[in-house]
Amino acid sequence: MIVTNIEIIPGRRVIKHLGMVQGNTVRSKHVGRDLMAGFKNIFGGELVGYTELLTESREEAVDRMKQQAQAIGANAILNVRFSTSSVAAGAAELFAYGTAVILE
Amino acid sequence: MYDLIILFTLLFLGYIFGQMAEKKHFRSLIKREEEYREILTFAKRFPLNNNADQKAELVGGNVVISVDYFKRFVATLRNLVGGRVTTYESLLERARREAILRMKEDAKQKGLNAIVNLKLETSSITKGSTSQVGAVEVYAYGTGLLSSHSL
Repeated sequence: MIVTNIEIIPGRRVIKHLGMVQGNTVRSKHVGRDLMAGFKNIFGGELVGYTELLTESREEAVDRMKQQAQAIGANAILNVRFSTSSVAAGAAELFAYGTAVILE
Repeated sequence: MYDLIILFTLLFLGYIFGQMAEKKHFRSLIKREEEYREILTFAKRFPLNNNADQKAELVGGNVVISVDYFKRFVATLRNLVGGRVTTYESLLERARREAILRMKEDAKQKGLNAIVNLKLETSSITKGSTSQVGAVEVYAYGTGLLSSHSL
């Protein structure tokens, strides 16, 4: 499965477009991480726990998108975009979407 | 009285440690940006030369950086009169540069040597309206290419 955020794959031709595929995940942080973040809010600096959490969540969203693409028989996803929104206090939604295609 | 003492202690701690962290971060950014200079990054939408690219893959990097107590205090004051909030400007700059660097690291790990269609996404992470936890997340992503022609 090739995933890119450009509209073509260099050197390969798109045979068929299969429409949009998407994947999302809503994650919340656990109390320990929040506590540490509270301390960091006084001193500043990177919140490593949050960074990891969001990285994992994005991977999860992309995986779900790939699963969906696989289910409809695509072998590549083009023009992938990410979007983040905070749904409720302490929780964030990560959303990935793109166009599923079949490459020759 | 005690409230005042606590406030000034927090401000002092925030200023000292925040400035230290910021200076350290900028130094490390400059050093690592030099290291990853050979991975060229473009915001354009199409590959540079269609026939010379052998591989295309999504690459990305993210970072969450927290504001310190001093920065937030200054920003709150600035909110009263309006104008540039310089304390937050440097925070966002650091976050963006760091995210782009991590994206380049990701590309290098995957054996790619150029990145096109760079997109940056910024979101703020705040917990509740009282904003006990204030932080900014920047995610940089793009398509990494293995390009054989000289860029």
